[in-house]
Amino acid sequence: MTGVISVVVDGVTFGMLLFLFSIGLSITLGLMRFINLAHGAFAMFGGYVSVTLLNGLGMPFLVTLPVAFLATGIVGAILERSVIRHVYRMPELQQVLFSIGLAFAAGAIATIIFGPQQQPILLPRWLTEQMLIFDIQISGYRIFLIVAGFSAAAGLIALFNYTMFGAKIRAAVDNRRTAEGMGIDVNRLFSLTFALGAACAGFGGALAVGFLGLDPTFPLKYLVLVLMVVAIGGPGSIGGSFIAAIFLGVVDALFKYFVPEVGGFVIYALLVVMMIFFPKGIARRTA
Amino acid sequence: MKETFRIGLGIPLLAAAIAAYFMFPGYLGLMAHIFILAIFALSYDLLQGHAGIVSLGHAVFFGIGAYTAAIVGKNGLTDPLLVLLIALLVSGAVAAGLTRIVVVGNDLTRLLVTLGIGYLFYEAANKANWLTGGADGMPDFEVGPLLGIFSFDFVGRVAFFYTLAALVIVYLFMLRVTTSPFGIALRGIRENARRMHAIGAPVNRHLAITYTMSGAVAGVAGALLAQTSRFASLDMLGFERSAEVMMMATLGGTGSIPGVVMGAATFGYLKDVLSTLSPKYWHLGIGIVLMLSVFVASNGIIGCIAALKRLTGVKS
Repeated sequence: MTGVISVVVDGVTFGMLLFLFSIGLSITLGLMRFINLAHGAFAMFGGYVSVTLLNGLGMPFLVTLPVAFLATGIVGAILERSVIRHVYRMPELQQVLFSIGLAFAAGAIATIIFGPQQQPILLPRWLTEQMLIFDIQISGYRIFLIVAGFSAAAGLIALFNYTMFGAKIRAAVDNRRTAEGMGIDVNRLFSLTFALGAACAGFGGALAVGFLGLDPTFPLKYLVLVLMVVAIGGPGSIGGSFIAAIFLGVVDALFKYFVPEVGGFVIYALLVVMMIFFPKGIARRTA
Repeated sequence: MKETFRIGLGIPLLAAAIAAYFMFPGYLGLMAHIFILAIFALSYDLLQGHAGIVSLGHAVFFGIGAYTAAIVGKNGLTDPLLVLLIALLVSGAVAAGLTRIVVVGNDLTRLLVTLGIGYLFYEAANKANWLTGGADGMPDFEVGPLLGIFSFDFVGRVAFFYTLAALVIVYLFMLRVTTSPFGIALRGIRENARRMHAIGAPVNRHLAITYTMSGAVAGVAGALLAQTSRFASLDMLGFERSAEVMMMATLGGTGSIPGVVMGAATFGYLKDVLSTLSPKYWHLGIGIVLMLSVFVASNGIIGCIAALKRLTGVKS
């Protein structure tokens, strides 16, 4: 029984990271219908920022997290303003090609700078210690990840549901033309949300280094899972993404742990089945 | 533009291939590989360029063809042409089986489904160690002499003509399909599926037939690669190969048969040169080329040729 619970905890932790990776993609897809297969590159970027600051400059782990958040957000904003905003209007094939190209280039740049190996990370002692909660051993790192993931999700949900900014985004997702007609500057909104989504991915990437590892294949390795979160959660829906991410994280962990023979298989079968029966995601929004 | 380039460019391309045989006898293996890539790219472009279906998992059929050739070869069936036919039937059958789930849904779900199917088959091949050799791949299977006369040599002469002949047949087949009323109906679906429905065209059946044909031809390409390299491995059905075929079609000019062949040739040559230089610069280079292609030359090589012709005022 304790085995099951610790696997579930692993799954929830993984789900939290998936949520952070994918929330930006979910919003940009819902808002701009931009299919960004390179979104995972932002998570990778955040991871490298954190690792470089931690191992190279000896910054404390907690300080590297907001730096990774901000740095990735700035990179996202620059990319959006300079190049990506011209891609929104293009047909889907062009978007796919552009973003695959971006993902390949990002991975190659990471290989050139950091080399193809896994990045080592020295976590502070309070994170590596094991804790006993109700007789179950859980590492402090997992608890920290879960807490961080929950607070990020709560913060985002609050931002989207209770602020003017969030109301504008919801309006633009529902009906872009009407939102523009009411005087909402949708283009500016796009840039801000794109940067925010990139920053969340960067934050998640920085958190994930000690849990998932970090190497230049990162953007493509988690591409499918991230897309699944978006597809199952329904593009543009934060709550849906959150539930989908945790669900996928737990399913993935359970199967990989208890039925390793079919391990990775199940998750892809799930994707295909979901797409056939619920092509609009559990939140029932159109992509 | 498309019509004028179709038959016109096929003959110079064939001549170039024959000339390359005499000029660069040391590179026959690379050329055979390029012909295989061209067949694969042509099969994909039938989907993307003509029917307008974007797939992120087309390497599935390439891999199935390769594994079919390897498995059949291992079990004692060695006649290359017979093996090729079996690979065609098997991958075509798989494509026909998958077509219902690929054809449904809008573009985004289709992307996800094809991506999911790609990873599904990859994992399956990875886990089915007893059948596919898992991560180690499948070496040592027998490939008999072609037509019972020409056995495959180390220099690659037989492989060269074998793959070239296959490419010529596939090229003519694609030409025939895309210029037929069926091919024109496909273009109609690409441009506006709703109106095709309205005029009574059986859109889903057309798409299903296209997907099956495309999968079968991709399987032939995979089987050819397995036969000429005597190896079948997981990377033949991985995501990277699916992405590559998309790149080849785009590089050459999607929707144009000679363009796609030229795109595959350029891609195959560049990949060979750059990845012996350094694989990381290859990925960076292809990434940048892809991103630029979206902005600058969305019609690829064939688009550039057309633009040149317009500039110089040559009428073809």
